[in-house]
Amino acid sequence: MSRELWKGNEAIAEAAVRAGLQAYFGYPITPQTEALEYLSWRLPELGRAFLQAESELGAINMVYGAACAGARTMTTTSSPGTSLMMEGLSYIAGTEVPMVLVDVVRGGPGLGNIAPAQGDYNQIVHGGGHGDYHPIVLAPASIQETINTVYEIFDIVEKYRTIGIVMVDGSIGQMMEPVALPAMKEVRKVWPSWAASATEGKRERNVLTSIYLDPKQEEITNLRLMKTWQEIEKNEIRYKEYFMEDAKFAVVGFGSAGRVALSAVRAARAEGIPVGLFRPISVSPFPKKQIFDLAQRLEGFFVVEMNSGMMLDDVLLASQGRIPVEFYGRMGGVMPFPDEILREIRLLHADGWKNEGHPRDRWLAKLETIVKEE
Amino acid sequence: MTTMNVEDMQVIYQHPTSLLDIHTHYCPGCTHGVAHRLVAEVIDEMNLRDQCIGVASVGCSVFAYNYFDFDFIQSPHGRAPAMATGVKRVHPGKIVLTYQGDGDMISIGTGEITHAAARGENITVIFINNANYGMTGGQMAPTTLPGQKTTSSPKGRDVEQAGYPIRASEMLATLDGAGYIARRSLHDPKNIRLAKKAIRTAFEAQVRGLGFSMVELLSTCPTNWHLAPAAAGKWLEENMLPYFPLGDYKVHTALKDLKF
Repeated sequence: MSRELWKGNEAIAEAAVRAGLQAYFGYPITPQTEALEYLSWRLPELGRAFLQAESELGAINMVYGAACAGARTMTTTSSPGTSLMMEGLSYIAGTEVPMVLVDVVRGGPGLGNIAPAQGDYNQIVHGGGHGDYHPIVLAPASIQETINTVYEIFDIVEKYRTIGIVMVDGSIGQMMEPVALPAMKEVRKVWPSWAASATEGKRERNVLTSIYLDPKQEEITNLRLMKTWQEIEKNEIRYKEYFMEDAKFAVVGFGSAGRVALSAVRAARAEGIPVGLFRPISVSPFPKKQIFDLAQRLEGFFVVEMNSGMMLDDVLLASQGRIPVEFYGRMGGVMPFPDEILREIRLLHADGWKNEGHPRDRWLAKLETIVKEE
Repeated sequence: MTTMNVEDMQVIYQHPTSLLDIHTHYCPGCTHGVAHRLVAEVIDEMNLRDQCIGVASVGCSVFAYNYFDFDFIQSPHGRAPAMATGVKRVHPGKIVLTYQGDGDMISIGTGEITHAAARGENITVIFINNANYGMTGGQMAPTTLPGQKTTSSPKGRDVEQAGYPIRASEMLATLDGAGYIARRSLHDPKNIRLAKKAIRTAFEAQVRGLGFSMVELLSTCPTNWHLAPAAAGKWLEENMLPYFPLGDYKVHTALKDLKF
C-alpha cells in the first residue's frame, strides 16, 4: 500500500470515515480542530451526517442521539471539551449504546494551553462522569497507530455496546507522518435491532434510557456493565514491548511519552544498559497482569508520563509492591526530551533503585531543580 | 324506549393507539396527561406512530416513554434538542419529537433549544410551561411569575434578586430557523381543543420539512401550586395568561392555509 503524508487530526478523521462513520458532531477546540474541519466537507461529500454543534455539551448529546438511533458515530475534542462531555459519556455508558470519542489532550488544568499533554488520563481512565462505568481507552503513539486504532475501535465499541476513547495528545494531532490508510468499509445499511430508528411497523418499540429508579434495577444494570467490563478486560488488552526479552528493568510509558521513551531506551541499549520499554496501548483496560508478571522478573519499573504520574498509580497497583517503581514526568504541555529520560535511565542503572517515600515525591523534588535550571 | 344494535354504533372517541392504556404517575389535576393525549391523538390522526422517535427530558415527564407507544430515548437534563438533532440527522425521514418542561428547556437547556431552533432543526418540541420545577418539588423556574411563591422563592419571586421570567416562544420566534411556534393553554376544554390544533400544525410543519416547530403549553401544577385542580386552572387563567399571552409567534407561509 502506498504511503502518504498526513496530518494527525485529518488522518483521524479519514480513518473514521473509512471505518464507516455515519454521523459526526463536534465543536472547534485546539489542537483537535482540523478533524472537525476535514469532516465538514468529507462527510457531506459522501452523503453522511456532519454538524458543528453549539458546544461540547451539544456535540456529545448529538452523538448520544445518533448512537441511540443506531449510527456509527463519533466526536473529537480536546481536554476542556472532554471535561464538558463527561455528563454525556456517563449517560451513554448507562444507556449501553456504542460511540467513539477522540481526545487530543492539551495542557491543563483550566484553560491551560494547546501544547501536548497527558493530563486527561485520570478523568478518562478513572471516571470523570458519575456512576459505575468504565470506558475503553486506547492510547496510540504514532499517526499510523492512531489510524489503525480509530479504524478498529468502532467494531470494538459495537461488540460491547460501550464507549471507546482514543486518547492522543496535541503532538499526534498536529504532526505529519507518512502513513498507509486502510480500505473504505461499507456504511451500515441495516439498523441494529436495539436502536431507536422508528418501528416502521416491523418490530416492537425500542426504549433507550439510563434511568432505573428502583435501586435494585440500577444495581442489575451496574452488574451487567461490570460483567461486560470483565469481558473487555479479558479480550481487549493491548500493549507493545521493546527490548524486553533480556531487560533487567523497564520503562513504562503510553502514547507520545512512550514514543519519546523508546528513543531513550534505544540510546541506553547502545550504551549497554539492559533496559526495555513496556508501552500500554489499552490504558483502560490496563494491562495489569502483564505488569504483575513483569514485576516477578524485573528489578524495577521506570514510569514516564506527560502528567504528574497518573498511570504511575496504576503501575504501582499492578506491580503490588514487588519491585521498586520510579517516575519521571513533565506537565502543563511540556514534552520530555529523550535525553532527559536517558539521563534518568543512566542514573537508575548506575545508582540502583530507591524505595523510601513515594516515587511522585522523589520526582517532584527533582523536577523543581530541573525547571529552575531550564 | 328504543334499543340500539351494537353494530350500528360508531366509535367516535377512544384511547389513542400511540398512548399505552395504563395509569400515569402524574398528580391528579396535572395537565401532563392532557398534553400526552393530544400529542398521541395527533400522531394517530396523521398515521405517524410507526415513524416516530421521541426524546424524553428530565422533569416530571422523564417517564414519557412509559406512556407513548413508539420508539423513545431519554435525555440528560436540557439536552433533548441536541439528542433529537443527532437522531434526526441520522434518520431525516423519520418524525422526531422532544417533550420538555420549562426548567429543562429554558433553564439548563437554553443553549440546546436555542441552537436547535436557529439551525431550523426539523423536529417538533412539546414545551410544558407550568411556572415551576415540578419533579424536584416546586422550586423557582425560569418561567416562575414575579411574586410567585415557590420553595426556593418562599416570599415570592423577587425580580430585583432573581430577575424576570423568560418568554420562550417569543424569544425563539425571533430565529429564522423556526417554522412554527405557538403558545396555547390547557386550562379549559376550549383551549385544549386549540392546543391540539397547534400540535397538529407543528407536526405538519415537520412532515413538510419547514424547520423547527414548537408548541408551548401553559399547564397546571396543582400539587406544587398548593391548589385544587379547578382552582389551579383558574390560577393559570388569571396569572399566567397575562404574562404569557396565547398566540402564534411564528407561522411558516406554507402552513397558513392548512385546514384540518
